[in-house]
Amino acid sequence: MKNTFIARHPSVLIFLACLAVFTLVVTLMSHAYGTGGLSTSFVKTLGRTLCLCLVALAMDLVWGYCGILSLGHFAFFGLGGYMIGMWLMYARTEIIVTESLANSPIPPTAQEVQDAIGTQIFGVVGSSDFPLIWSFAHSLTLQLLLVLLIPGVLALVFGWLAFRSRVTGVYLSILTQAMTLALSLYLFQNESGLRGNNGLSGLQNLPGVSAGQDAISVWFLWASALALGLGYLLAAWVVSGKFGSVVRGIRDDEARVRFLGYSVEGYKLFIFTLTAIIAAIAGALYYPQAGIINPGEVAPIASIYLAVWVAIGGRGRLYGAVIGAAVVSLVSTWFTGGLVPALNLGFYRIDWVDWWLVLLGLSFVLVTLFAPKGIGGLFDLVTDRMAPNRHGADYGPDKGSLREGEGQE
Amino acid sequence: MSLLATPLAAQEGPLQDLLQGQRELIEQSSRRTIGPAIEAIRDSGLDGAALVLEKWEAREMWQRESDGLFFYAEEVNRDTLHLHAFDGPTDLGEVPDEDFDQLKPNSGIRGLIASALVQFQLSDPDISRRRAALDALARDGNAEHLPILRAAIENEPDAGIRAQKDRLERLLTIRFGATDAARIEAIESFRGDLAVDVRAALNPILSTRREVSAGDPPAEANIAAVLKPGSEALSAEDAYALLVSAGLAPARLTAEAQRQALAANITDGRVGGVPVADLSDPAARDRAYDALEAAGTVPAAATQSEVEAALAAHSFYDRYGEPSAAVTDAAEEALNSIELKLALNQFIDLALDALSLASIYFLAAIGLAITFGVMGVINMAHGEFIMMGAYTGYVLQQLIPNYTVSILVAIPVAFAVTFAAGVAMERLVIRWLYARPLETLLATFGISIALQQLAKNIFGTQARPLTAPGWLDGQWVINDIIGISWIRVAIFVLALIFLGIYLFIMQRTRLGLETRAVTQNPRMAASMGINPDRVNMMTFGLGSGIAGIAGVAIGLFAQVTSELGQGYIVQSFMTVVVGGVGNVWGTLAGATMIGFLQKGIEWLNPSNTLAAQTYMIIFIIIFIQFRPRGIIALKGRAAGD
Repeated sequence: MKNTFIARHPSVLIFLACLAVFTLVVTLMSHAYGTGGLSTSFVKTLGRTLCLCLVALAMDLVWGYCGILSLGHFAFFGLGGYMIGMWLMYARTEIIVTESLANSPIPPTAQEVQDAIGTQIFGVVGSSDFPLIWSFAHSLTLQLLLVLLIPGVLALVFGWLAFRSRVTGVYLSILTQAMTLALSLYLFQNESGLRGNNGLSGLQNLPGVSAGQDAISVWFLWASALALGLGYLLAAWVVSGKFGSVVRGIRDDEARVRFLGYSVEGYKLFIFTLTAIIAAIAGALYYPQAGIINPGEVAPIASIYLAVWVAIGGRGRLYGAVIGAAVVSLVSTWFTGGLVPALNLGFYRIDWVDWWLVLLGLSFVLVTLFAPKGIGGLFDLVTDRMAPNRHGADYGPDKGSLREGEGQE
Repeated sequence: MSLLATPLAAQEGPLQDLLQGQRELIEQSSRRTIGPAIEAIRDSGLDGAALVLEKWEAREMWQRESDGLFFYAEEVNRDTLHLHAFDGPTDLGEVPDEDFDQLKPNSGIRGLIASALVQFQLSDPDISRRRAALDALARDGNAEHLPILRAAIENEPDAGIRAQKDRLERLLTIRFGATDAARIEAIESFRGDLAVDVRAALNPILSTRREVSAGDPPAEANIAAVLKPGSEALSAEDAYALLVSAGLAPARLTAEAQRQALAANITDGRVGGVPVADLSDPAARDRAYDALEAAGTVPAAATQSEVEAALAAHSFYDRYGEPSAAVTDAAEEALNSIELKLALNQFIDLALDALSLASIYFLAAIGLAITFGVMGVINMAHGEFIMMGAYTGYVLQQLIPNYTVSILVAIPVAFAVTFAAGVAMERLVIRWLYARPLETLLATFGISIALQQLAKNIFGTQARPLTAPGWLDGQWVINDIIGISWIRVAIFVLALIFLGIYLFIMQRTRLGLETRAVTQNPRMAASMGINPDRVNMMTFGLGSGIAGIAGVAIGLFAQVTSELGQGYIVQSFMTVVVGGVGNVWGTLAGATMIGFLQKGIEWLNPSNTLAAQTYMIIFIIIFIQFRPRGIIALKGRAAGD
């Protein structure tokens, strides 16, 4: 038992146990399978939060471990959502259309059904023809495959172009940001074939499933928790061992790793593509719970928020990213939902719906300045008491981070 | 009694005689017969003829019932008229209106009167009325105006108006000229003329109607082009639809019509012998329809071979509305000659547009060229500094009502405000992060969202106008095609001034020297007695201040909202990165390239500016592949690594 993967990484087991307990508690308090202490919409919020944790995990892998500050990972998240959304929308519309056409005196031809679905879906952008990209929308299997393929190939091509020409650091960040901006501008057009700024809607209804939203919300929670657990295992496995050491080496000093004979581009490309696929899976689970996806979701700001979550949670440690995403997005929901009582200063009333973003922005600056390790750094207060001396080794996430000695000053 | 009160003698005179001569026609008041009466007044040569026509057209002419004399009058109130005579001492005072009938010419008659009046207006002594008459003629001149206009050219004293009249005469000749020769001559006189009205006169001549006829096209038709069905210009379906609408062929069976016909003929769960359940198959539907057709219950639909035969038996052609081939040829030739010049001018116009877009990008990016390009600090809040500048302008406009003064004050104030904000940010946040560029990006992003939300809380979410002073309104029109708004010219000038200021500060001042020294080697600079802290602070403040001024300029043509800066931030970074970091000429080149590229793509796909931006960003991503360090890359030690 001494040398198993779990034994060497006890945090994985702790995390999975926490996740399991969380899922169990939520299930037992849900409307469909338990006491009903949690409303269906809150269960959905929790399920969505798990998906956000998964994409934050991907972000931590690519940024915290590999040192690539990608400001475009929400593009992959959104693409995953669009891919699954196409099937959800098509299949549901098909059921509705078939039902309504069944009442006509003459059974409809396949072409008529197709045309009616097209009119139903694209009527809102003044069209009724199916664009080419909807060719596979009738098949769940193919569309699920596209969830992995489209973001994967996009990440592969983009990453190959970028890493090959040695675009690094802030340039790469800006380039990835440009990528997601280009994608969102493209999706905003009606000609993109994805309903322009209307986006895809009605995704919360699973075609062919008669169960109510209260049950579906729990199913999606389970699926999200499972995906997060598997994603965490995969990420922990990737960053452990020799492969993980090389990846961290690239983060700390890319040139040195290159001179040691490793194919830096290959490692980066692998991590970039892998995280894009994880992000896409998270997106494919997120948007059926959100119910609607539109091009605003892949706007550059979303990807920056992703970086904010990871930074606040503490990058360079997997549980940090998960904690950051969960805490910031839940607190954000709490504040913007108007649930926090307004603060009365006598001369001015601070309404948190208006002031939450100011608070978030400033606390983000403070975290960057004074607590680069983020919330995850709090765990060090415990582990530092037990851990042996690191002999001055790096613990910072990138080459500019403070060394151990400086950090303790 | 009232009759006696009005001096009768004053109502006699040449105009009254003339009107009495035409009294019958005027009283009849019919569009068909009124012509001679109007002409008689127009051609009378009397001084008051124009007045008579004007009053008549304006429905201010009245006729006294007792003796049939004509007057003009204003209605003082419901029962009283202020009466005037056409001849002699005119003012007749106020009278009750019982005895008077108002002449109410209908719109047809008023049109005729207006045409007759044109003659007087065209030679009116008042130059502004002559101009107004010409404008009216240019808008809706007709064939009757042509001889009047020709007559009015001779004695025109003003050279400008004379040229205008001459030009209008030729334009009208194109449309209404009596002979083809005259029209062709007029058309040819406009070769290469860019004005919109020329094209407006020529295009209707070349307008065509798509027609179909059995056999060959009629010989007398002036045909633009004979079309073959199934070619690119005319698909076979369109051609057949033309035949159907001309009543020359039976309609083809559409899927919808077929379905309805089948649905109407269901008997015992079968249609034409085919079970209803099978009808989801198109082939089964055709079988069922054929069976119905054979039984005679539904009309026969054209089959494919019938369609082909019908298409072959007819000819399809575009026919000019204008019957004379010589005129259409001349018009086509003149339009072609205009076309080339037009394309050239449109290109110049596009280039001007691109230049102004480039100067906007340059303005937005030049502050960034200092903070990011020279200092290497990623400032995500740069866009918010632009926004801050724009809001400063807005606030000052609320305080200072004079737009010119407020803009002139706003520029230094915006600089001061954003300079202070930049210095504060550098002191409080950025200087702790010089060793960690990626974290600077995140920290400044935090500041950016906080500032944006702060602006939203203070100024609300709706857009605030930043009004340009009056002298920047309108545009600089070079000809009918080329024009550019004065605001854009001002922004271009501003961009040039900034380029100058930047170069001056960087190359000619102590601060520039120290900045360059600190960016190249901070330790060496420090050992030479330069305080890197102070220099960094000043440089960052300078970059931020310039962003503030750019905000004032951008606010002049865009709505000021809290998201104003966000729209420019990615483009600005692109501009700096594409141009090459650390070199203002690179920023200039980058802005120029992006501006021209975006306008070029927009020109290729004018309906869709979003697509233009998408393609431009993709282009930039690919461009970075080939020149990762931008258009103008620093070489040697200054490059850093």
